[in-house]
Amino acid sequence: MKNFSITVSINGFIKFALLFCFLVLTQWCNAQNKINGKKIFETRCLVCHQSDGGGVPNMNPPLDGATNVNGKDIARLVNIIRNGYDERVALDGMYYNNAMTANPDLKEDAIADVLTYVRNSWSNKAGAVTISQVKAALLKNKAVKK
Amino acid sequence: MKKQIQLVSIALFAFCMSVIAQENAGLKLPEGFKANLYANNIGGARHIAITKSGVVFAKLNNPNKEGNAIIRLEDANNDGVADKINGFAKFSGTGIFVKGNSLYASSNEAVFKYELNSKDEVVNPLTPLTIVSGLLDRRQHNSKSITFDMANNIYVNIGAYSNACQEKDRTPGSQGMMPCPILDSAGGIWKFDGTKENQTYKDGKRYATGLRNVLGLDWNTETNKLYVAQHGRDQLNSFYPNLYTDAQNAELPAETFYEINEGDNAGWPYVYYDPSQHKKIVSPEYGGDSKKEGSAEFKEPAVAFPAHMAPMAVLFYTGNQFPAKYKNGAFISFHGSWNRAPLPQEGFFVAFIPFKNGKATGEWEIFANGFAGTENGAKVTNTGKAKARPCGLAQGLDGSIYVSDDNKGAIFKISYSK
Repeated sequence: MKNFSITVSINGFIKFALLFCFLVLTQWCNAQNKINGKKIFETRCLVCHQSDGGGVPNMNPPLDGATNVNGKDIARLVNIIRNGYDERVALDGMYYNNAMTANPDLKEDAIADVLTYVRNSWSNKAGAVTISQVKAALLKNKAVKK
Repeated sequence: MKKQIQLVSIALFAFCMSVIAQENAGLKLPEGFKANLYANNIGGARHIAITKSGVVFAKLNNPNKEGNAIIRLEDANNDGVADKINGFAKFSGTGIFVKGNSLYASSNEAVFKYELNSKDEVVNPLTPLTIVSGLLDRRQHNSKSITFDMANNIYVNIGAYSNACQEKDRTPGSQGMMPCPILDSAGGIWKFDGTKENQTYKDGKRYATGLRNVLGLDWNTETNKLYVAQHGRDQLNSFYPNLYTDAQNAELPAETFYEINEGDNAGWPYVYYDPSQHKKIVSPEYGGDSKKEGSAEFKEPAVAFPAHMAPMAVLFYTGNQFPAKYKNGAFISFHGSWNRAPLPQEGFFVAFIPFKNGKATGEWEIFANGFAGTENGAKVTNTGKAKARPCGLAQGLDGSIYVSDDNKGAIFKISYSK
Protein backbone atom coordinates (compact mmCIF):
# COMPACT_ATOMS: atom_id res chain seq x y z
CA MET A 1 0.00 0.00 0.00
CA LYS A 2 2.76 2.36 0.95
CA ASN A 3 4.75 1.44 -2.17
CA PHE A 4 1.73 1.99 -4.36
CA SER A 5 1.14 5.48 -3.06
CA ILE A 6 4.81 6.35 -3.65
CA THR A 7 4.54 5.10 -7.22
CA VAL A 8 1.46 7.21 -7.70
CA SER A 9 3.18 10.26 -6.35
CA ILE A 10 6.27 9.61 -8.50
CA ASN A 11 3.99 9.23 -11.50
CA GLY A 12 2.27 12.40 -10.43
CA PHE A 13 5.59 14.14 -10.04
CA ILE A 14 6.74 13.13 -13.53
CA LYS A 15 3.44 14.29 -14.98
CA PHE A 16 3.69 17.53 -13.06
CA ALA A 17 7.32 18.00 -14.11
CA LEU A 18 6.42 17.36 -17.75
CA LEU A 19 3.53 19.77 -17.57
CA PHE A 20 5.77 22.32 -15.88
CA CYS A 21 8.43 21.93 -18.58
CA PHE A 22 5.77 22.24 -21.26
CA LEU A 23 4.41 25.42 -19.72
CA VAL A 24 7.87 26.94 -19.30
CA LEU A 25 8.71 26.00 -22.86
CA THR A 26 5.53 27.54 -24.29
CA GLN A 27 6.07 30.66 -22.23
CA TRP A 28 9.64 30.80 -23.45
CA CYS A 29 8.52 30.26 -27.05
CA ASN A 30 5.87 32.95 -26.66
CA ALA A 31 8.51 35.29 -25.28
CA GLN A 32 10.80 34.45 -28.22
CA ASN A 33 7.90 35.03 -30.63
CA LYS A 34 7.20 38.34 -28.96
CA ILE A 35 10.85 39.40 -29.24
CA ASN A 36 10.89 38.51 -32.93
CA GLY A 37 7.48 40.15 -33.37
CA LYS A 38 8.77 43.33 -31.75
CA LYS A 39 11.65 43.46 -34.25
CA ILE A 40 9.24 43.11 -37.17
CA PHE A 41 6.91 45.71 -35.65
CA GLU A 42 9.75 48.20 -35.29
CA THR A 43 10.95 47.84 -38.88
CA ARG A 44 7.59 47.63 -40.66
CA CYS A 45 4.74 48.95 -38.52
CA LEU A 46 6.01 51.49 -35.99
CA VAL A 47 6.23 54.53 -38.27
CA CYS A 48 2.51 54.56 -39.05
CA HIS A 49 1.07 52.89 -35.94
CA GLN A 50 3.57 54.63 -33.59
CA SER A 51 5.67 53.08 -30.83
CA ASP A 52 2.79 53.18 -28.33
CA GLY A 53 0.43 51.53 -30.85
CA GLY A 54 -1.69 54.67 -30.64
CA GLY A 55 -1.79 55.33 -34.40
CA VAL A 56 -2.33 58.78 -35.92
CA PRO A 57 -5.75 60.46 -35.69
CA ASN A 58 -7.72 60.37 -38.98
CA MET A 59 -4.88 58.59 -40.81
CA ASN A 60 -3.48 55.41 -39.29
CA PRO A 61 -5.68 53.39 -36.90
CA PRO A 62 -4.47 52.56 -33.39
CA LEU A 63 -3.54 48.97 -32.47
CA ASP A 64 -3.50 49.51 -28.72
CA GLY A 65 -6.95 48.84 -27.31
CA ALA A 66 -8.45 48.35 -30.77
CA THR A 67 -11.38 45.91 -30.68
CA ASN A 68 -10.47 44.43 -34.10
CA VAL A 69 -6.88 43.75 -33.07
CA ASN A 70 -7.91 42.07 -29.81
CA GLY A 71 -10.85 40.27 -31.40
CA LYS A 72 -11.38 36.72 -32.62
CA ASP A 73 -11.10 37.33 -36.38
CA ILE A 74 -7.43 36.37 -36.70
CA ALA A 75 -7.87 35.62 -40.42
CA ARG A 76 -8.76 39.23 -41.16
CA LEU A 77 -5.67 40.50 -39.35
CA VAL A 78 -3.43 38.01 -41.16
CA ASN A 79 -4.78 39.04 -44.54
CA ILE A 80 -4.43 42.77 -43.82
CA ILE A 81 -0.77 42.27 -42.92
CA ARG A 82 -0.03 40.11 -45.98
CA ASN A 83 -2.07 42.01 -48.60
CA GLY A 84 -2.31 45.55 -47.23
CA TYR A 85 -5.54 47.48 -46.85
CA ASP A 86 -6.97 50.23 -48.98
CA GLU A 87 -10.37 51.07 -47.57
CA ARG A 88 -11.56 53.66 -45.09
CA VAL A 89 -11.39 51.94 -41.70
CA ALA A 90 -14.12 52.54 -39.16
CA LEU A 91 -12.76 51.55 -35.78
CA ASP A 92 -14.25 52.25 -32.36
CA GLY A 93 -16.16 55.29 -33.59
CA MET A 94 -13.31 56.90 -35.53
CA TYR A 95 -12.33 56.86 -39.21
CA TYR A 96 -8.88 56.33 -40.71
CA ASN A 97 -7.97 57.11 -44.32
CA ASN A 98 -4.43 55.99 -45.14
CA ALA A 99 -3.73 52.92 -47.22
CA MET A 100 -1.66 50.20 -45.55
CA THR A 101 1.36 48.74 -47.33
CA ALA A 102 1.20 45.03 -48.22
CA ASN A 103 3.88 42.66 -46.88
CA PRO A 104 4.03 39.93 -49.53
CA ASP A 105 7.51 38.88 -48.38
CA LEU A 106 6.52 38.32 -44.74
CA LYS A 107 6.55 34.55 -43.96
CA GLU A 108 3.83 32.73 -41.99
CA ASP A 109 5.91 32.48 -38.80
CA ALA A 110 6.80 36.18 -39.00
CA ILE A 111 3.12 37.14 -39.38
CA ALA A 112 2.31 34.97 -36.34
CA ASP A 113 5.11 36.62 -34.36
CA VAL A 114 4.16 40.19 -35.17
CA LEU A 115 0.49 39.51 -34.43
CA THR A 116 1.44 37.85 -31.14
CA TYR A 117 3.48 40.94 -30.26
CA VAL A 118 0.76 43.42 -31.24
CA ARG A 119 -1.98 41.46 -29.41
CA ASN A 120 0.11 41.31 -26.22
CA SER A 121 1.64 44.77 -26.07
CA TRP A 122 0.64 48.07 -24.43
CA SER A 123 -2.78 47.42 -22.90
CA ASN A 124 -3.57 44.51 -25.24
CA LYS A 125 -3.95 41.08 -23.60
CA ALA A 126 -5.35 38.93 -26.41
CA GLY A 127 -4.10 35.42 -27.19
CA ALA A 128 -0.98 34.51 -29.13
CA VAL A 129 -1.33 33.71 -32.83
CA THR A 130 0.10 30.40 -34.10
CA ILE A 131 1.66 29.58 -37.45
CA SER A 132 -1.16 27.11 -38.18
CA GLN A 133 -3.72 29.90 -37.64
CA VAL A 134 -1.82 32.07 -40.12
CA LYS A 135 -1.60 29.23 -42.66
CA ALA A 136 -5.32 28.52 -42.33
CA ALA A 137 -6.15 32.22 -42.79
CA LEU A 138 -4.04 32.52 -45.93
CA LEU A 139 -5.55 29.31 -47.37
CA LYS A 140 -9.06 30.54 -46.61
CA ASN A 141 -8.30 33.81 -48.36
CA LYS A 142 -7.02 31.97 -51.44
CA ALA A 143 -10.19 29.88 -51.52
CA VAL A 144 -12.35 33.00 -51.29
CA LYS A 145 -10.41 34.64 -54.12
CA LYS A 146 -10.94 31.61 -56.40
CA MET B 1 1.71 66.12 12.13
CA LYS B 2 4.90 66.44 10.11
CA LYS B 3 3.42 64.11 7.52
CA GLN B 4 0.27 66.20 7.33
CA ILE B 5 2.25 69.36 6.70
CA GLN B 6 4.18 67.53 4.03
CA LEU B 7 0.98 66.35 2.38
CA VAL B 8 -0.59 69.80 2.52
CA SER B 9 2.49 71.41 1.01
CA ILE B 10 2.61 68.80 -1.75
CA ALA B 11 -1.05 69.44 -2.52
CA LEU B 12 -0.47 73.20 -2.48
CA PHE B 13 2.50 72.82 -4.81
CA ALA B 14 0.49 70.64 -7.20
CA PHE B 15 -2.33 73.19 -7.16
CA CYS B 16 0.08 76.07 -7.90
CA MET B 17 1.64 74.06 -10.75
CA SER B 18 -1.75 73.39 -12.28
CA VAL B 19 -2.64 77.10 -12.08
CA ILE B 20 0.68 78.01 -13.72
CA ALA B 21 0.13 75.35 -16.37
CA GLN B 22 -3.26 76.83 -17.16
CA GLU B 23 -1.87 80.33 -17.60
CA ASN B 24 -2.32 81.32 -21.27
CA ALA B 25 -4.38 78.12 -21.67
CA GLY B 26 -1.13 76.18 -21.44
CA LEU B 27 0.49 78.00 -24.41
CA LYS B 28 3.96 79.47 -24.57
CA LEU B 29 3.90 82.86 -26.30
CA PRO B 30 6.23 85.79 -27.03
CA GLU B 31 6.33 88.55 -24.41
CA GLY B 32 3.22 90.71 -24.19
CA PHE B 33 0.94 88.06 -25.70
CA LYS B 34 -1.69 86.19 -23.76
CA ALA B 35 -4.04 83.36 -24.65
CA ASN B 36 -7.29 81.96 -23.35
CA LEU B 37 -9.62 79.12 -24.27
CA TYR B 38 -12.37 80.63 -26.42
CA ALA B 39 -14.07 77.22 -26.61
CA ASN B 40 -13.24 73.59 -25.86
CA ASN B 41 -14.32 70.09 -26.89
CA ILE B 42 -16.52 71.19 -29.79
CA GLY B 43 -15.21 68.25 -31.87
CA GLY B 44 -12.06 68.07 -34.04
CA ALA B 45 -12.06 71.57 -35.54
CA ARG B 46 -10.31 72.08 -38.87
CA HIS B 47 -10.52 75.52 -40.48
CA ILE B 48 -12.21 78.51 -38.85
CA ALA B 49 -13.60 81.78 -40.22
CA ILE B 50 -14.81 84.98 -38.56
CA THR B 51 -17.67 87.22 -39.73
CA LYS B 52 -17.84 91.02 -39.79
CA SER B 53 -19.59 90.98 -36.39
CA GLY B 54 -17.04 88.62 -34.82
CA VAL B 55 -18.98 85.35 -34.95
CA VAL B 56 -16.65 82.35 -35.35
CA PHE B 57 -17.56 79.43 -37.63
CA ALA B 58 -15.58 76.19 -37.25
CA LYS B 59 -15.63 73.33 -39.77
CA LEU B 60 -15.36 70.00 -37.97
CA ASN B 61 -13.50 67.13 -39.59
CA ASN B 62 -16.48 64.85 -38.88
CA PRO B 63 -19.87 65.49 -37.25
CA ASN B 64 -19.53 65.80 -33.45
CA LYS B 65 -21.57 63.96 -30.77
CA GLU B 66 -24.57 66.17 -31.55
CA GLY B 67 -24.24 65.29 -35.24
CA ASN B 68 -23.12 68.76 -36.35
CA ALA B 69 -20.14 69.43 -38.60
CA ILE B 70 -20.21 73.24 -38.72
CA ILE B 71 -20.21 75.05 -35.37
CA ARG B 72 -21.27 78.68 -34.86
CA LEU B 73 -19.66 80.34 -31.83
CA GLU B 74 -20.50 83.76 -30.46
CA ASP B 75 -19.04 85.69 -27.54
CA ALA B 76 -22.17 87.72 -26.74
CA ASN B 77 -20.96 89.14 -23.41
CA ASN B 78 -17.57 90.00 -24.90
CA ASP B 79 -15.43 88.29 -22.24
CA GLY B 80 -13.25 86.44 -24.74
CA VAL B 81 -15.06 83.13 -24.29
CA ALA B 82 -17.78 81.81 -26.60
CA ASP B 83 -21.12 81.71 -24.76
CA LYS B 84 -23.56 80.97 -27.60
CA ILE B 85 -22.61 77.75 -29.38
CA ASN B 86 -24.73 75.81 -31.85
CA GLY B 87 -24.22 73.78 -34.99
CA PHE B 88 -25.59 72.45 -38.26
CA ALA B 89 -24.53 70.49 -41.39
CA LYS B 90 -23.71 66.77 -41.48
CA PHE B 91 -20.83 66.56 -43.96
CA SER B 92 -17.20 65.80 -43.08
CA GLY B 93 -14.60 68.22 -44.42
CA THR B 94 -12.10 70.95 -43.68
CA GLY B 95 -12.66 74.24 -45.54
CA ILE B 96 -14.63 77.25 -44.32
CA PHE B 97 -14.56 80.88 -45.47
CA VAL B 98 -16.61 84.01 -44.86
CA LYS B 99 -17.04 86.36 -47.83
CA GLY B 100 -19.37 89.29 -47.09
CA ASN B 101 -22.75 87.85 -46.16
CA SER B 102 -21.89 84.38 -47.44
CA LEU B 103 -20.42 81.43 -45.59
CA TYR B 104 -18.62 78.88 -47.76
CA ALA B 105 -17.80 75.38 -46.47
CA SER B 106 -16.30 72.35 -48.18
CA SER B 107 -16.98 68.65 -47.89
CA ASN B 108 -14.38 66.22 -49.22
CA GLU B 109 -15.87 66.51 -52.73
CA ALA B 110 -17.84 69.76 -52.92
CA VAL B 111 -18.08 73.42 -51.91
CA PHE B 112 -21.34 74.81 -50.49
CA LYS B 113 -22.55 78.36 -49.88
CA TYR B 114 -24.78 79.51 -46.99
CA GLU B 115 -26.37 82.93 -46.47
CA LEU B 116 -25.91 84.95 -43.28
CA ASN B 117 -28.51 87.39 -41.93
CA SER B 118 -27.78 90.69 -40.19
CA LYS B 119 -26.93 88.84 -36.95
CA ASP B 120 -24.59 86.49 -38.82
CA GLU B 121 -26.94 83.58 -38.31
CA VAL B 122 -27.20 81.04 -41.11
CA VAL B 123 -30.47 81.52 -43.01
CA ASN B 124 -30.40 78.20 -44.90
CA PRO B 125 -28.60 75.61 -42.74
CA LEU B 126 -30.37 72.70 -44.49
CA THR B 127 -30.37 74.05 -48.04
CA PRO B 128 -27.00 75.52 -49.02
CA LEU B 129 -26.24 76.29 -52.67
CA THR B 130 -23.79 73.91 -54.31
CA ILE B 131 -20.97 75.95 -55.85
CA VAL B 132 -18.72 73.08 -56.96
CA SER B 133 -19.26 69.32 -56.79
CA GLY B 134 -17.75 66.09 -58.09
CA LEU B 135 -14.21 66.79 -56.87
CA LEU B 136 -12.13 63.66 -56.37
CA ASP B 137 -12.34 62.02 -52.95
CA ARG B 138 -10.19 58.91 -52.78
CA ARG B 139 -9.74 59.18 -49.01
CA GLN B 140 -6.03 59.95 -48.91
CA HIS B 141 -5.50 63.75 -48.86
CA ASN B 142 -9.19 64.29 -49.56
CA SER B 143 -9.78 67.52 -47.63
CA LYS B 144 -10.64 70.52 -49.80
CA SER B 145 -9.17 73.66 -48.29
CA ILE B 146 -10.56 76.88 -49.73
CA THR B 147 -9.71 80.57 -49.97
CA PHE B 148 -10.76 83.59 -52.07
CA ASP B 149 -8.87 86.23 -53.99
CA MET B 150 -9.88 89.89 -53.81
CA ALA B 151 -12.44 89.37 -56.59
CA ASN B 152 -14.95 86.54 -56.30
CA ASN B 153 -12.80 83.60 -57.31
CA ILE B 154 -12.53 80.63 -55.00
CA TYR B 155 -9.35 78.51 -54.87
CA VAL B 156 -9.77 74.87 -53.91
CA ASN B 157 -7.02 72.43 -53.00
CA ILE B 158 -7.49 68.97 -54.51
CA GLY B 159 -4.88 66.77 -52.83
CA ALA B 160 -3.16 63.87 -54.58
CA TYR B 161 -4.61 60.51 -53.50
CA SER B 162 -1.10 59.09 -53.29
CA ASN B 163 2.24 59.48 -51.53
CA ALA B 164 4.55 59.68 -54.52
CA CYS B 165 2.45 58.63 -57.57
CA GLN B 166 3.80 55.07 -57.55
CA GLU B 167 2.05 52.46 -59.73
CA LYS B 168 1.06 50.91 -56.40
CA ASP B 169 0.80 53.50 -53.64
CA ARG B 170 3.15 53.08 -50.67
CA THR B 171 4.56 49.81 -51.97
CA PRO B 172 8.30 49.09 -51.85
CA GLY B 173 9.85 48.81 -55.30
CA SER B 174 6.85 50.25 -57.17
CA GLN B 175 7.95 52.82 -59.78
CA GLY B 176 6.62 56.34 -60.15
CA MET B 177 4.17 56.74 -63.05
CA MET B 178 5.45 58.95 -65.89
CA PRO B 179 3.75 61.30 -66.45
CA CYS B 180 1.85 61.15 -63.17
CA PRO B 181 -1.82 60.72 -64.24
CA ILE B 182 -3.10 61.97 -60.89
CA LEU B 183 -2.12 65.55 -61.80
CA ASP B 184 -4.99 65.87 -64.33
CA SER B 185 -7.58 65.99 -61.58
CA ALA B 186 -5.68 66.34 -58.28
CA GLY B 187 -2.34 67.36 -56.80
CA GLY B 188 -2.96 71.07 -57.31
CA ILE B 189 -5.09 74.16 -56.74
CA TRP B 190 -8.22 74.68 -58.84
CA LYS B 191 -9.89 78.06 -59.42
CA PHE B 192 -13.68 78.46 -59.67
CA ASP B 193 -16.16 81.33 -59.77
CA GLY B 194 -17.33 81.75 -56.18
CA THR B 195 -20.69 83.21 -57.25
CA LYS B 196 -21.73 80.52 -59.77
CA GLU B 197 -23.74 77.45 -58.81
CA ASN B 198 -23.28 73.82 -59.85
CA GLN B 199 -19.78 73.94 -61.26
CA THR B 200 -17.67 70.84 -61.88
CA TYR B 201 -14.07 70.27 -63.00
CA LYS B 202 -14.83 71.53 -66.53
CA ASP B 203 -15.95 74.93 -65.24
CA GLY B 204 -12.78 75.41 -63.20
CA LYS B 205 -9.16 75.90 -64.07
CA ARG B 206 -6.08 74.20 -62.71
CA TYR B 207 -4.38 77.26 -61.21
CA ALA B 208 -1.25 75.50 -59.92
CA THR B 209 0.00 71.93 -60.06
CA GLY B 210 2.67 69.64 -58.60
CA LEU B 211 1.36 70.19 -55.07
CA ARG B 212 0.92 66.89 -53.23
CA ASN B 213 -1.54 68.19 -50.65
CA VAL B 214 -2.24 71.72 -49.48
CA LEU B 215 -4.15 72.30 -46.26
CA GLY B 216 -3.01 75.86 -45.62
CA LEU B 217 -3.64 78.52 -48.25
CA ASP B 218 -4.40 82.24 -48.02
CA TRP B 219 -4.53 85.26 -50.28
CA ASN B 220 -1.99 87.98 -49.51
CA THR B 221 -4.11 91.12 -50.00
CA GLU B 222 -1.05 93.38 -49.82
CA THR B 223 0.57 91.86 -52.91
CA ASN B 224 -2.56 90.26 -54.44
CA LYS B 225 -1.03 86.77 -54.55
CA LEU B 226 -1.91 83.26 -53.44
CA TYR B 227 0.30 81.50 -50.89
CA VAL B 228 0.13 77.79 -50.15
CA ALA B 229 1.84 75.35 -47.78
CA GLN B 230 2.44 71.80 -49.00
CA HIS B 231 2.53 68.55 -47.03
CA GLY B 232 5.69 66.86 -48.29
CA ARG B 233 5.91 63.17 -49.11
CA ASP B 234 6.40 60.41 -46.51
CA GLN B 235 8.45 57.27 -45.97
CA LEU B 236 11.72 57.75 -47.87
CA ASN B 237 13.47 55.42 -45.40
CA SER B 238 10.67 52.82 -45.32
CA PHE B 239 10.81 52.23 -49.08
CA TYR B 240 14.43 53.18 -49.84
CA PRO B 241 16.45 52.08 -46.81
CA ASN B 242 19.57 51.85 -49.01
CA LEU B 243 19.30 55.59 -49.79
CA TYR B 244 17.86 57.10 -46.59
CA THR B 245 18.41 56.40 -42.89
CA ASP B 246 15.69 56.90 -40.25
CA ALA B 247 17.46 60.12 -39.22
CA GLN B 248 17.55 61.42 -42.81
CA ASN B 249 13.87 60.59 -43.33
CA ALA B 250 13.04 62.57 -40.19
CA GLU B 251 14.47 65.69 -41.90
CA LEU B 252 13.38 64.99 -45.49
CA PRO B 253 11.73 66.49 -47.38
CA ALA B 254 11.03 70.05 -46.20
CA GLU B 255 7.45 71.18 -45.68
CA THR B 256 7.35 73.95 -48.27
CA PHE B 257 5.63 77.35 -48.43
CA TYR B 258 5.15 78.85 -51.90
CA GLU B 259 4.13 82.13 -53.47
CA ILE B 260 1.93 80.94 -56.32
CA ASN B 261 1.41 82.53 -59.74
CA GLU B 262 -1.06 81.09 -62.21
CA GLY B 263 0.42 78.06 -63.99
CA ASP B 264 3.10 77.31 -61.39
CA ASN B 265 4.33 73.74 -60.91
CA ALA B 266 5.84 72.82 -57.53
CA GLY B 267 7.20 69.51 -58.84
CA TRP B 268 5.38 66.75 -56.94
CA PRO B 269 5.80 63.79 -57.45
CA TYR B 270 8.97 64.16 -59.55
CA VAL B 271 11.02 66.13 -57.01
CA TYR B 272 11.11 66.96 -53.32
CA TYR B 273 12.86 69.81 -51.52
CA ASP B 274 15.96 68.97 -49.47
CA PRO B 275 16.42 71.79 -46.92
CA SER B 276 20.05 70.96 -46.09
CA GLN B 277 21.21 70.87 -49.73
CA HIS B 278 18.82 73.77 -50.59
CA LYS B 279 17.88 71.86 -53.73
CA LYS B 280 15.00 70.14 -55.46
CA ILE B 281 16.01 66.49 -55.53
CA VAL B 282 14.66 63.83 -57.91
CA SER B 283 12.31 61.44 -56.06
CA PRO B 284 13.65 57.88 -55.72
CA GLU B 285 10.46 56.60 -57.44
CA TYR B 286 11.66 58.57 -60.50
CA GLY B 287 15.27 57.41 -60.49
CA GLY B 288 16.62 59.71 -57.79
CA ASP B 289 19.55 58.73 -55.58
CA SER B 290 19.08 61.39 -52.83
CA LYS B 291 21.54 63.73 -54.62
CA LYS B 292 20.48 64.07 -58.27
CA GLU B 293 18.98 67.52 -58.84
CA GLY B 294 15.54 67.93 -60.41
CA SER B 295 14.41 70.18 -63.25
CA ALA B 296 14.76 73.94 -62.81
CA GLU B 297 11.21 74.44 -64.18
CA PHE B 298 9.79 73.52 -60.76
CA LYS B 299 8.95 76.28 -58.31
CA GLU B 300 11.37 77.29 -55.54
CA PRO B 301 9.80 77.45 -52.08
CA ALA B 302 9.60 80.84 -50.36
CA VAL B 303 10.25 79.14 -47.01
CA ALA B 304 11.37 75.58 -46.19
CA PHE B 305 10.18 74.18 -42.85
CA PRO B 306 11.38 71.02 -41.08
CA ALA B 307 9.97 67.80 -42.51
CA HIS B 308 6.61 66.15 -41.78
CA MET B 309 5.28 68.85 -39.38
CA ALA B 310 2.04 69.10 -41.41
CA PRO B 311 1.18 72.75 -42.18
CA MET B 312 -2.60 73.10 -41.69
CA ALA B 313 -3.47 76.76 -42.23
CA VAL B 314 -1.94 80.05 -43.40
CA LEU B 315 -3.14 83.47 -42.21
CA PHE B 316 -1.82 86.81 -43.42
CA TYR B 317 -2.03 89.20 -40.49
CA THR B 318 -3.67 92.49 -41.43
CA GLY B 319 -4.63 93.64 -37.91
CA ASN B 320 -3.25 96.48 -35.82
CA GLN B 321 -3.30 94.88 -32.37
CA PHE B 322 0.00 92.95 -32.66
CA PRO B 323 3.42 94.68 -32.83
CA ALA B 324 4.32 96.20 -36.23
CA LYS B 325 6.59 93.32 -37.30
CA TYR B 326 3.57 91.02 -37.64
CA LYS B 327 1.67 93.25 -40.07
CA ASN B 328 1.35 91.62 -43.52
CA GLY B 329 3.44 88.66 -42.38
CA ALA B 330 1.96 85.15 -42.29
CA PHE B 331 1.06 82.85 -39.44
CA ILE B 332 1.20 79.15 -40.21
CA SER B 333 -0.07 76.29 -38.04
CA PHE B 334 1.55 72.85 -37.86
CA HIS B 335 -0.56 70.09 -36.31
CA GLY B 336 2.46 67.87 -35.83
CA SER B 337 4.28 65.01 -37.53
CA TRP B 338 3.99 61.22 -37.36
CA ASN B 339 6.45 60.18 -40.06
CA ARG B 340 9.48 61.24 -37.99
CA ALA B 341 9.15 58.02 -35.96
CA PRO B 342 11.17 56.28 -34.59
CA LEU B 343 12.68 59.73 -33.86
CA PRO B 344 10.66 62.22 -31.74
CA GLN B 345 7.89 64.16 -33.51
CA GLU B 346 7.96 67.86 -34.44
CA GLY B 347 5.42 70.62 -34.97
CA PHE B 348 2.33 71.09 -32.75
CA PHE B 349 2.88 74.88 -32.89
CA VAL B 350 1.97 78.06 -34.74
CA ALA B 351 4.90 79.74 -36.52
CA PHE B 352 5.30 83.23 -37.93
CA ILE B 353 6.80 84.02 -41.36
CA PRO B 354 8.11 87.60 -41.55
CA PHE B 355 7.55 89.48 -44.85
CA LYS B 356 9.54 92.45 -46.14
CA ASN B 357 8.35 94.51 -49.11
CA GLY B 358 5.75 91.88 -49.93
CA LYS B 359 8.16 88.92 -49.95
CA ALA B 360 8.88 86.24 -47.38
CA THR B 361 12.37 86.75 -45.97
CA GLY B 362 12.95 82.99 -45.87
CA GLU B 363 13.18 83.09 -42.07
CA TRP B 364 10.55 81.80 -39.66
CA GLU B 365 10.05 81.60 -35.91
CA ILE B 366 7.83 79.71 -33.48
CA PHE B 367 5.00 82.01 -32.35
CA ALA B 368 2.76 79.86 -30.13
CA ASN B 369 3.85 76.53 -28.70
CA GLY B 370 2.69 74.10 -26.03
CA PHE B 371 -0.48 72.84 -27.73
CA ALA B 372 0.62 69.21 -27.28
CA GLY B 373 0.52 69.64 -23.49
CA THR B 374 3.63 67.57 -22.77
CA GLU B 375 5.39 67.94 -19.45
CA ASN B 376 7.95 70.75 -19.43
CA GLY B 377 7.48 71.11 -23.18
CA ALA B 378 9.06 67.70 -23.88
CA LYS B 379 8.93 66.43 -27.45
CA VAL B 380 5.95 64.35 -28.53
CA THR B 381 7.00 60.75 -29.21
CA ASN B 382 3.65 59.38 -30.34
CA THR B 383 1.33 61.67 -32.30
CA GLY B 384 -1.84 60.27 -30.74
CA LYS B 385 -0.72 61.48 -27.31
CA ALA B 386 -0.67 65.20 -28.27
CA LYS B 387 -3.38 66.95 -26.27
CA ALA B 388 -4.21 69.58 -28.88
CA ARG B 389 -3.07 69.86 -32.49
CA PRO B 390 -3.21 73.41 -33.91
CA CYS B 391 -5.08 73.58 -37.21
CA GLY B 392 -7.32 76.49 -38.29
CA LEU B 393 -6.31 80.16 -38.05
CA ALA B 394 -8.47 83.29 -38.24
CA GLN B 395 -8.15 86.95 -37.35
CA GLY B 396 -10.70 88.50 -35.00
CA LEU B 397 -12.22 91.96 -35.34
CA ASP B 398 -9.94 93.39 -32.65
CA GLY B 399 -6.80 91.94 -34.27
CA SER B 400 -6.53 88.93 -31.96
CA ILE B 401 -5.97 85.60 -33.69
CA TYR B 402 -7.89 82.38 -33.13
CA VAL B 403 -6.35 78.92 -33.41
CA SER B 404 -8.46 75.75 -33.62
CA ASP B 405 -7.42 72.25 -32.55
CA ASP B 406 -8.40 69.31 -34.74
CA ASN B 407 -7.98 66.74 -31.98
CA LYS B 408 -10.71 67.39 -29.39
CA GLY B 409 -11.76 70.79 -30.68
CA ALA B 410 -10.37 73.58 -28.51
CA ILE B 411 -10.28 77.14 -29.87
CA PHE B 412 -7.55 79.39 -28.47
CA LYS B 413 -7.73 83.17 -28.63
CA ILE B 414 -4.34 84.91 -28.68
CA SER B 415 -4.13 88.65 -27.97
CA TYR B 416 -1.46 91.27 -27.39
CA SER B 417 -1.34 94.18 -25.01
CA LYS B 418 1.58 96.49 -24.28
